[in-house]
Amino acid sequence: MLFDGLFDGFTAQLLAGMVMTVKITLAATVVGICLGLLGASARMSKTRPIRWLGDGYVGIIRGIPELLIVFLIYFGSTRLLMFIASQFGYNEYIELSPFIAGVIALGLTFGGYATEVFRGAFLAIHPGQKEAAEALGMSKRRIFFRIQLPQVWRVALPGLGNLILVLMKDTALISVIGLEELTRKTSMAVTATREPFTWYLTAALMYLALTVIATLLLNYFEKRSRRHEMPVQRTAVKLAEG
Amino acid sequence: MDWSVIAEYYPRLLEGAWVTLQLVVLSGVIGVVLAVPMALARISEKKRFNLIPQAYIFFFRGTPLLIQIFLIYYGLSQFEIVRESFLWQFLKEPYWCAIITLGLHTTAYIAEILRGAIQAIPKGEVEACRVMGMSKFTMYRRILLPRAFGIMLPAYGNEVILMLKGSALASTITLLDLTGMARTIIARTYTPEEIYIAAGVMYLLISWLFMLFFKVLDNLFNKHRLV
Repeated sequence: MLFDGLFDGFTAQLLAGMVMTVKITLAATVVGICLGLLGASARMSKTRPIRWLGDGYVGIIRGIPELLIVFLIYFGSTRLLMFIASQFGYNEYIELSPFIAGVIALGLTFGGYATEVFRGAFLAIHPGQKEAAEALGMSKRRIFFRIQLPQVWRVALPGLGNLILVLMKDTALISVIGLEELTRKTSMAVTATREPFTWYLTAALMYLALTVIATLLLNYFEKRSRRHEMPVQRTAVKLAEG
Repeated sequence: MDWSVIAEYYPRLLEGAWVTLQLVVLSGVIGVVLAVPMALARISEKKRFNLIPQAYIFFFRGTPLLIQIFLIYYGLSQFEIVRESFLWQFLKEPYWCAIITLGLHTTAYIAEILRGAIQAIPKGEVEACRVMGMSKFTMYRRILLPRAFGIMLPAYGNEVILMLKGSALASTITLLDLTGMARTIIARTYTPEEIYIAAGVMYLLISWLFMLFFKVLDNLFNKHRLV
Protein backbone atom coordinates (compact mmCIF):
# COMPACT_ATOMS: atom_id res chain seq x y z
CA MET A 1 0.00 0.00 0.00
CA LEU A 2 1.10 3.50 -0.73
CA PHE A 3 0.51 4.90 2.72
CA ASP A 4 1.55 1.96 4.86
CA GLY A 5 3.97 2.89 7.57
CA LEU A 6 3.02 6.54 7.51
CA PHE A 7 3.13 6.72 11.28
CA ASP A 8 6.12 4.49 11.86
CA GLY A 9 8.01 7.19 13.64
CA PHE A 10 9.37 8.77 10.47
CA THR A 11 6.53 11.25 10.61
CA ALA A 12 7.88 12.50 13.92
CA GLN A 13 11.30 12.82 12.29
CA LEU A 14 9.78 14.79 9.43
CA LEU A 15 8.03 17.11 11.85
CA ALA A 16 11.37 17.73 13.60
CA GLY A 17 12.81 18.52 10.18
CA MET A 18 9.96 20.92 9.57
CA VAL A 19 10.81 22.79 12.77
CA MET A 20 14.41 23.09 11.57
CA THR A 21 13.18 24.41 8.22
CA VAL A 22 11.18 27.10 10.00
CA LYS A 23 14.15 27.99 12.21
CA ILE A 24 16.52 28.42 9.33
CA THR A 25 13.94 30.44 7.39
CA LEU A 26 13.55 32.86 10.27
CA ALA A 27 17.30 33.16 10.88
CA ALA A 28 18.08 33.73 7.21
CA THR A 29 15.27 36.30 6.97
CA VAL A 30 16.81 38.35 9.77
CA VAL A 31 20.29 38.19 8.18
CA GLY A 32 18.82 38.92 4.76
CA ILE A 33 16.82 41.95 5.92
CA CYS A 34 19.95 43.47 7.50
CA LEU A 35 21.94 42.83 4.31
CA GLY A 36 19.07 44.16 2.21
CA LEU A 37 18.94 47.43 4.16
CA LEU A 38 22.73 47.76 3.89
CA GLY A 39 22.59 46.95 0.18
CA ALA A 40 19.81 49.45 -0.47
CA SER A 41 21.69 52.20 1.40
CA ALA A 42 24.81 51.33 -0.60
CA ARG A 43 22.98 51.49 -3.91
CA MET A 44 21.48 54.89 -3.03
CA SER A 45 24.76 56.23 -1.63
CA LYS A 46 26.26 59.42 -3.04
CA THR A 47 29.75 57.91 -3.00
CA ARG A 48 30.41 56.11 -6.25
CA PRO A 49 32.56 53.15 -5.05
CA ILE A 50 29.96 52.28 -2.41
CA ARG A 51 27.26 52.37 -5.06
CA TRP A 52 29.36 50.04 -7.23
CA LEU A 53 29.70 47.69 -4.30
CA GLY A 54 25.91 47.55 -3.90
CA ASP A 55 25.38 47.05 -7.65
CA GLY A 56 28.00 44.32 -7.75
CA TYR A 57 26.40 42.50 -4.81
CA VAL A 58 22.96 42.46 -6.42
CA GLY A 59 24.36 41.50 -9.83
CA ILE A 60 26.32 38.57 -8.45
CA ILE A 61 23.48 37.24 -6.31
CA ARG A 62 21.04 37.42 -9.22
CA GLY A 63 23.27 35.47 -11.58
CA ILE A 64 24.71 32.69 -9.39
CA PRO A 65 22.69 29.65 -8.30
CA GLU A 66 21.80 29.46 -4.61
CA LEU A 67 23.19 25.93 -4.50
CA LEU A 68 26.61 27.18 -5.62
CA ILE A 69 26.54 29.90 -2.95
CA VAL A 70 25.69 27.28 -0.32
CA PHE A 71 28.66 25.13 -1.46
CA LEU A 72 30.98 28.11 -1.68
CA ILE A 73 30.16 29.27 1.84
CA TYR A 74 30.25 25.81 3.39
CA PHE A 75 33.33 24.35 1.69
CA GLY A 76 35.09 27.59 0.86
CA SER A 77 34.87 29.32 4.21
CA THR A 78 37.22 27.00 6.09
CA ARG A 79 40.44 28.34 4.59
CA LEU A 80 39.33 31.96 4.93
CA LEU A 81 38.26 31.49 8.55
CA MET A 82 41.48 29.68 9.44
CA PHE A 83 43.50 32.44 7.79
CA ILE A 84 41.69 35.12 9.81
CA ALA A 85 42.00 33.07 13.00
CA SER A 86 45.72 32.46 12.41
CA GLN A 87 46.23 36.23 12.39
CA PHE A 88 44.98 36.18 15.96
CA GLY A 89 47.22 33.25 16.86
CA TYR A 90 44.55 30.52 16.73
CA ASN A 91 45.71 27.59 14.64
CA GLU A 92 43.10 24.86 15.22
CA TYR A 93 40.85 23.52 12.45
CA ILE A 94 37.71 25.62 11.99
CA GLU A 95 34.62 24.66 10.07
CA LEU A 96 31.23 26.34 9.81
CA SER A 97 28.33 24.23 10.97
CA PRO A 98 25.82 23.47 8.19
CA PHE A 99 23.26 25.63 10.01
CA ILE A 100 25.50 28.71 10.13
CA ALA A 101 26.73 28.18 6.56
CA GLY A 102 23.15 27.76 5.37
CA VAL A 103 21.95 30.88 7.17
CA ILE A 104 24.81 32.92 5.70
CA ALA A 105 24.30 31.57 2.17
CA LEU A 106 20.51 31.99 2.12
CA GLY A 107 20.78 35.30 3.97
CA LEU A 108 23.14 36.56 1.26
CA THR A 109 20.67 35.49 -1.44
CA PHE A 110 17.70 37.00 0.39
CA GLY A 111 19.69 40.19 0.95
CA GLY A 112 20.47 40.58 -2.74
CA TYR A 113 16.82 40.47 -3.74
CA ALA A 114 15.71 42.44 -0.65
CA THR A 115 18.11 45.22 -1.68
CA GLU A 116 15.92 45.87 -4.69
CA VAL A 117 12.71 45.70 -2.64
CA PHE A 118 14.03 48.15 -0.05
CA ARG A 119 15.43 50.50 -2.67
CA GLY A 120 12.04 50.66 -4.35
CA ALA A 121 10.39 51.27 -1.00
CA PHE A 122 12.77 54.11 -0.08
CA LEU A 123 12.19 55.73 -3.45
CA ALA A 124 8.42 55.41 -2.94
CA ILE A 125 8.51 57.73 0.06
CA HIS A 126 7.90 61.29 -0.98
CA PRO A 127 11.15 63.31 -0.79
CA GLY A 128 9.14 66.15 0.77
CA GLN A 129 8.99 64.16 4.01
CA LYS A 130 12.75 64.02 4.28
CA GLU A 131 12.98 67.71 3.49
CA ALA A 132 10.36 68.49 6.12
CA ALA A 133 12.29 66.46 8.69
CA GLU A 134 15.49 68.26 7.74
CA ALA A 135 13.71 71.58 8.08
CA LEU A 136 12.72 70.55 11.60
CA GLY A 137 16.40 70.05 12.34
CA MET A 138 16.39 66.26 12.66
CA SER A 139 19.71 64.52 12.28
CA LYS A 140 20.25 62.17 9.33
CA ARG A 141 20.20 59.10 11.55
CA ARG A 142 17.05 60.23 13.22
CA ILE A 143 15.33 60.85 9.89
CA PHE A 144 16.28 57.33 8.82
CA PHE A 145 14.97 55.60 11.94
CA ARG A 146 11.97 57.79 12.73
CA ILE A 147 10.66 58.91 9.36
CA GLN A 148 11.91 56.64 6.59
CA LEU A 149 12.26 53.18 8.09
CA PRO A 150 8.74 52.89 9.61
CA GLN A 151 7.22 53.72 6.23
CA VAL A 152 9.64 51.56 4.29
CA TRP A 153 8.43 48.50 6.21
CA ARG A 154 4.93 49.14 5.06
CA VAL A 155 5.79 49.56 1.40
CA ALA A 156 8.32 46.71 1.36
CA LEU A 157 6.18 44.14 3.15
CA PRO A 158 4.50 42.53 0.10
CA GLY A 159 7.83 42.21 -1.70
CA LEU A 160 9.57 40.86 1.38
CA GLY A 161 6.73 38.39 1.87
CA ASN A 162 7.32 36.91 -1.58
CA LEU A 163 11.03 36.66 -0.82
CA ILE A 164 10.31 34.82 2.43
CA LEU A 165 8.19 32.27 0.54
CA VAL A 166 11.02 31.77 -1.96
CA LEU A 167 13.53 31.49 0.88
CA MET A 168 11.47 28.84 2.63
CA LYS A 169 11.63 26.64 -0.45
CA ASP A 170 15.35 27.35 -0.86
CA THR A 171 16.05 25.97 2.62
CA ALA A 172 15.73 22.53 1.00
CA LEU A 173 19.14 23.23 -0.57
CA ILE A 174 20.85 23.10 2.80
CA SER A 175 20.04 19.40 2.98
CA VAL A 176 22.91 18.83 0.53
CA ILE A 177 25.47 19.98 3.10
CA GLY A 178 23.93 17.72 5.72
CA LEU A 179 21.65 19.90 7.82
CA GLU A 180 18.81 17.75 9.10
CA GLU A 181 15.88 19.79 7.89
CA LEU A 182 12.74 18.53 6.22
CA THR A 183 14.31 17.41 2.92
CA ARG A 184 17.26 15.67 4.62
CA LYS A 185 14.97 13.89 7.06
CA THR A 186 12.82 12.79 4.15
CA SER A 187 15.82 11.38 2.28
CA MET A 188 16.72 9.44 5.42
CA ALA A 189 13.21 8.03 5.61
CA VAL A 190 13.46 7.08 1.92
CA THR A 191 16.74 5.22 2.48
CA ALA A 192 15.19 3.29 5.34
CA THR A 193 11.85 2.41 3.76
CA ARG A 194 12.66 2.38 0.01
CA GLU A 195 9.43 4.23 -0.66
CA PRO A 196 10.69 7.40 -2.33
CA PHE A 197 7.41 8.57 -3.82
CA THR A 198 5.42 8.26 -0.58
CA TRP A 199 7.95 10.20 1.47
CA TYR A 200 8.84 12.91 -1.00
CA LEU A 201 5.13 13.50 -1.58
CA THR A 202 4.61 13.75 2.18
CA ALA A 203 7.45 16.27 2.36
CA ALA A 204 5.96 18.21 -0.54
CA LEU A 205 2.62 18.41 1.28
CA MET A 206 4.40 19.59 4.42
CA TYR A 207 6.13 22.34 2.45
CA LEU A 208 2.76 23.26 0.96
CA ALA A 209 1.32 23.51 4.48
CA LEU A 210 4.20 25.76 5.52
CA THR A 211 3.65 27.93 2.44
CA VAL A 212 -0.05 28.28 3.20
CA ILE A 213 0.59 29.20 6.84
CA ALA A 214 3.27 31.71 5.85
CA THR A 215 0.97 33.25 3.23
CA LEU A 216 -1.83 33.64 5.77
CA LEU A 217 0.53 35.25 8.31
CA LEU A 218 1.94 37.60 5.68
CA ASN A 219 -1.57 38.60 4.59
CA TYR A 220 -2.42 39.37 8.20
CA PHE A 221 0.66 41.55 8.64
CA GLU A 222 0.06 43.29 5.34
CA LYS A 223 -3.48 44.12 6.36
CA ARG A 224 -2.26 45.27 9.77
CA SER A 225 0.40 47.46 8.21
CA ARG A 226 -2.29 49.27 6.26
CA ARG A 227 -4.59 49.84 9.23
CA HIS A 228 -3.61 53.51 9.39
CA GLU A 229 -4.85 54.07 5.90
CA MET A 230 -8.37 52.94 6.67
CA PRO A 231 -9.71 55.86 8.73
CA VAL A 232 -8.64 58.24 5.99
CA GLN A 233 -10.50 56.23 3.40
CA ARG A 234 -13.54 56.03 5.59
CA THR A 235 -13.54 59.78 6.06
CA ALA A 236 -13.17 60.23 2.34
CA VAL A 237 -16.14 57.98 1.69
CA LYS A 238 -18.20 59.82 4.29
CA LEU A 239 -17.32 63.15 2.71
CA ALA A 240 -18.23 61.85 -0.71
CA GLU A 241 -21.52 60.55 0.56
CA GLY A 242 -22.15 63.98 2.05
CA MET B 1 44.88 30.12 -3.58
CA ASP B 2 46.06 28.20 -6.57
CA TRP B 3 44.49 29.58 -9.70
CA SER B 4 46.28 27.23 -12.06
CA VAL B 5 43.63 24.53 -11.43
CA ILE B 6 41.16 26.71 -13.32
CA ALA B 7 43.44 26.86 -16.33
CA GLU B 8 43.80 23.10 -16.13
CA TYR B 9 40.13 22.23 -15.68
CA TYR B 10 38.20 24.95 -17.51
CA PRO B 11 37.47 22.75 -20.56
CA ARG B 12 35.59 20.39 -18.26
CA LEU B 13 33.72 23.32 -16.72
CA LEU B 14 32.76 24.39 -20.24
CA GLU B 15 31.40 20.88 -20.84
CA GLY B 16 29.28 21.33 -17.73
CA ALA B 17 28.16 24.76 -18.88
CA TRP B 18 26.99 23.20 -22.16
CA VAL B 19 24.82 20.70 -20.23
CA THR B 20 23.45 23.56 -18.12
CA LEU B 21 22.54 25.46 -21.29
CA GLN B 22 20.74 22.41 -22.68
CA LEU B 23 18.78 22.04 -19.44
CA VAL B 24 17.67 25.67 -19.46
CA VAL B 25 16.75 25.84 -23.14
CA LEU B 26 14.94 22.50 -23.38
CA SER B 27 13.02 22.99 -20.15
CA GLY B 28 12.20 26.54 -21.28
CA VAL B 29 10.70 25.18 -24.52
CA ILE B 30 8.64 22.59 -22.59
CA GLY B 31 7.56 25.34 -20.21
CA VAL B 32 6.26 27.68 -22.93
CA VAL B 33 4.49 24.89 -24.82
CA LEU B 34 2.67 23.63 -21.70
CA ALA B 35 2.07 27.08 -20.24
CA VAL B 36 -0.14 28.31 -23.09
CA PRO B 37 -3.01 25.79 -22.60
CA MET B 38 -2.48 26.05 -18.83
CA ALA B 39 -2.88 29.83 -18.82
CA LEU B 40 -5.88 29.67 -21.16
CA ALA B 41 -7.60 27.12 -18.92
CA ARG B 42 -6.71 29.26 -15.89
CA ILE B 43 -8.53 32.32 -17.27
CA SER B 44 -11.39 30.36 -18.76
CA GLU B 45 -14.82 31.58 -17.74
CA LYS B 46 -15.93 28.01 -17.15
CA LYS B 47 -15.03 27.34 -13.53
CA ARG B 48 -14.37 23.62 -13.95
CA PHE B 49 -11.45 24.36 -16.30
CA ASN B 50 -9.80 26.60 -13.71
CA LEU B 51 -9.41 23.91 -11.10
CA ILE B 52 -6.63 21.79 -12.61
CA PRO B 53 -4.31 24.68 -13.51
CA GLN B 54 -4.90 26.22 -10.10
CA ALA B 55 -3.98 23.01 -8.29
CA TYR B 56 -0.99 22.48 -10.58
CA ILE B 57 0.33 26.01 -10.07
CA PHE B 58 -0.28 25.83 -6.33
CA PHE B 59 1.70 22.59 -6.06
CA PHE B 60 4.65 23.59 -8.23
CA ARG B 61 4.98 27.06 -6.74
CA GLY B 62 4.49 25.94 -3.17
CA THR B 63 7.06 23.14 -2.96
CA PRO B 64 10.85 23.27 -3.34
CA LEU B 65 12.29 22.42 -6.74
CA LEU B 66 14.66 19.97 -5.05
CA ILE B 67 11.71 17.95 -3.71
CA GLN B 68 10.12 17.98 -7.16
CA ILE B 69 13.33 16.66 -8.73
CA PHE B 70 13.61 13.89 -6.11
CA LEU B 71 9.91 13.09 -6.52
CA ILE B 72 10.37 12.45 -10.24
CA TYR B 73 13.87 10.94 -10.30
CA TYR B 74 13.67 8.73 -7.21
CA GLY B 75 9.92 8.72 -6.59
CA LEU B 76 8.60 7.36 -9.87
CA SER B 77 10.77 4.24 -9.60
CA GLN B 78 8.56 3.15 -6.71
CA PHE B 79 5.85 2.15 -9.16
CA GLU B 80 6.23 -0.98 -11.18
CA ILE B 81 3.97 0.36 -13.93
CA VAL B 82 6.44 3.15 -14.57
CA ARG B 83 9.43 0.85 -14.50
CA GLU B 84 7.86 -1.46 -17.07
CA SER B 85 6.55 1.17 -19.43
CA PHE B 86 8.41 2.56 -22.43
CA LEU B 87 8.83 5.83 -20.52
CA TRP B 88 11.32 4.17 -18.21
CA GLN B 89 14.17 4.54 -20.69
CA PHE B 90 13.78 8.30 -20.26
CA LEU B 91 12.83 8.35 -16.59
CA LYS B 92 15.87 6.36 -15.47
CA GLU B 93 18.17 8.98 -16.99
CA PRO B 94 18.99 11.91 -14.68
CA TYR B 95 19.29 14.13 -17.76
CA TRP B 96 15.69 13.64 -18.90
CA CYS B 97 14.37 13.69 -15.34
CA ALA B 98 16.03 17.05 -14.78
CA ILE B 99 14.62 18.46 -18.01
CA ILE B 100 11.12 17.14 -17.29
CA THR B 101 11.10 18.48 -13.73
CA LEU B 102 12.54 21.86 -14.66
CA GLY B 103 10.04 22.05 -17.52
CA LEU B 104 7.03 21.19 -15.33
CA HIS B 105 8.29 23.60 -12.67
CA THR B 106 8.77 26.55 -14.99
CA THR B 107 5.40 25.82 -16.67
CA ALA B 108 3.63 26.83 -13.47
CA TYR B 109 5.49 30.14 -13.30
CA ILE B 110 5.20 30.92 -17.02
CA ALA B 111 1.47 30.13 -16.92
CA GLU B 112 1.03 32.75 -14.19
CA ILE B 113 3.13 35.29 -16.11
CA LEU B 114 1.13 34.60 -19.28
CA ARG B 115 -2.17 34.89 -17.42
CA GLY B 116 -1.10 38.28 -16.08
CA ALA B 117 -0.05 39.38 -19.57
CA ILE B 118 -3.35 38.30 -21.19
CA GLN B 119 -5.31 40.07 -18.49
CA ALA B 120 -3.21 43.21 -18.99
CA ILE B 121 -4.36 43.58 -22.60
CA PRO B 122 -6.81 46.48 -22.78
CA LYS B 123 -10.48 45.42 -23.01
CA GLY B 124 -10.92 47.57 -26.11
CA GLU B 125 -8.76 45.23 -28.19
CA VAL B 126 -10.95 42.25 -27.34
CA GLU B 127 -14.03 44.26 -28.18
CA ALA B 128 -12.49 45.40 -31.45
CA CYS B 129 -11.86 41.76 -32.39
CA ARG B 130 -15.48 40.91 -31.66
CA VAL B 131 -16.69 43.81 -33.75
CA MET B 132 -14.55 42.56 -36.64
CA GLY B 133 -16.38 39.26 -36.30
CA MET B 134 -13.34 37.18 -35.34
CA SER B 135 -13.86 33.76 -33.86
CA LYS B 136 -12.44 33.17 -30.43
CA PHE B 137 -9.67 30.99 -31.84
CA THR B 138 -8.59 33.57 -34.42
CA MET B 139 -8.71 36.28 -31.79
CA TYR B 140 -6.31 34.39 -29.54
CA ARG B 141 -4.07 33.28 -32.38
CA ARG B 142 -3.82 36.59 -34.23
CA ILE B 143 -4.28 39.22 -31.53
CA LEU B 144 -4.23 38.19 -27.87
CA LEU B 145 -1.40 35.66 -27.69
CA PRO B 146 1.11 37.68 -29.76
CA ARG B 147 0.23 40.74 -27.69
CA ALA B 148 0.60 38.75 -24.47
CA PHE B 149 4.03 37.45 -25.52
CA GLY B 150 5.17 41.01 -26.06
CA ILE B 151 3.92 42.06 -22.65
CA MET B 152 5.36 39.06 -20.80
CA LEU B 153 8.80 39.16 -22.42
CA PRO B 154 10.67 40.99 -19.61
CA ALA B 155 9.07 38.82 -16.92
CA TYR B 156 9.81 35.73 -18.99
CA GLY B 157 13.45 36.77 -19.22
CA ASN B 158 13.61 36.90 -15.43
CA GLU B 159 12.04 33.47 -15.23
CA VAL B 160 14.68 32.03 -17.59
CA ILE B 161 17.44 33.44 -15.35
CA LEU B 162 15.72 31.83 -12.35
CA MET B 163 15.63 28.54 -14.22
CA LEU B 164 19.34 28.90 -14.97
CA LYS B 165 19.89 29.13 -11.23
CA GLY B 166 17.45 26.28 -10.59
CA SER B 167 19.20 24.02 -13.08
CA ALA B 168 22.11 23.76 -10.62
CA LEU B 169 19.88 21.41 -8.60
CA ALA B 170 20.25 18.82 -11.36
CA SER B 171 23.70 18.17 -9.91
CA THR B 172 22.01 16.56 -6.89
CA ILE B 173 20.77 13.70 -9.08
CA THR B 174 24.30 12.98 -10.36
CA LEU B 175 23.99 15.02 -13.53
CA LEU B 176 27.26 16.67 -14.58
CA ASP B 177 26.01 20.17 -15.28
CA LEU B 178 28.18 23.19 -14.40
CA THR B 179 27.69 22.71 -10.66
CA GLY B 180 27.98 18.93 -10.88
CA MET B 181 31.17 19.22 -12.90
CA ALA B 182 32.58 21.69 -10.37
CA ARG B 183 31.87 19.23 -7.56
CA THR B 184 33.54 16.39 -9.48
CA ILE B 185 36.65 18.48 -10.12
CA ILE B 186 36.80 19.54 -6.48
CA ALA B 187 36.54 15.93 -5.34
CA ARG B 188 39.75 15.33 -7.30
CA THR B 189 41.73 18.51 -6.66
CA TYR B 190 40.31 19.67 -3.35
CA THR B 191 40.32 23.34 -4.32
CA PRO B 192 36.74 24.37 -3.52
CA GLU B 193 37.21 28.16 -3.53
CA GLU B 194 38.91 28.38 -6.94
CA ILE B 195 36.60 26.02 -8.81
CA TYR B 196 33.34 27.28 -7.26
CA ILE B 197 34.34 30.87 -8.02
CA ALA B 198 35.19 29.89 -11.60
CA ALA B 199 31.82 28.13 -11.93
CA GLY B 200 30.09 31.18 -10.43
CA VAL B 201 31.74 33.46 -12.98
CA MET B 202 30.54 31.14 -15.76
CA TYR B 203 26.99 31.27 -14.40
CA LEU B 204 27.22 35.07 -14.34
CA LEU B 205 28.39 35.13 -17.96
CA ILE B 206 25.57 32.81 -19.03
CA SER B 207 22.99 34.91 -17.21
CA TRP B 208 24.34 38.06 -18.87
CA LEU B 209 24.09 36.35 -22.24
CA PHE B 210 20.44 35.51 -21.54
CA MET B 211 19.73 39.07 -20.38
CA LEU B 212 21.30 40.43 -23.57
CA PHE B 213 19.32 37.98 -25.66
CA PHE B 214 16.03 39.03 -24.07
CA LYS B 215 16.90 42.70 -24.45
CA VAL B 216 17.45 42.19 -28.18
CA LEU B 217 14.25 40.13 -28.40
CA ASP B 218 12.34 42.82 -26.54
CA ASN B 219 13.57 45.47 -28.97
CA LEU B 220 12.58 43.34 -31.95
CA PHE B 221 9.23 42.26 -30.60
CA ASN B 222 8.08 45.48 -28.97
CA LYS B 223 9.52 48.14 -31.24
CA HIS B 224 6.10 48.96 -32.63
CA ARG B 225 4.60 49.41 -29.19
CA LEU B 226 4.00 53.01 -28.25
CA VAL B 227 3.54 52.60 -24.51
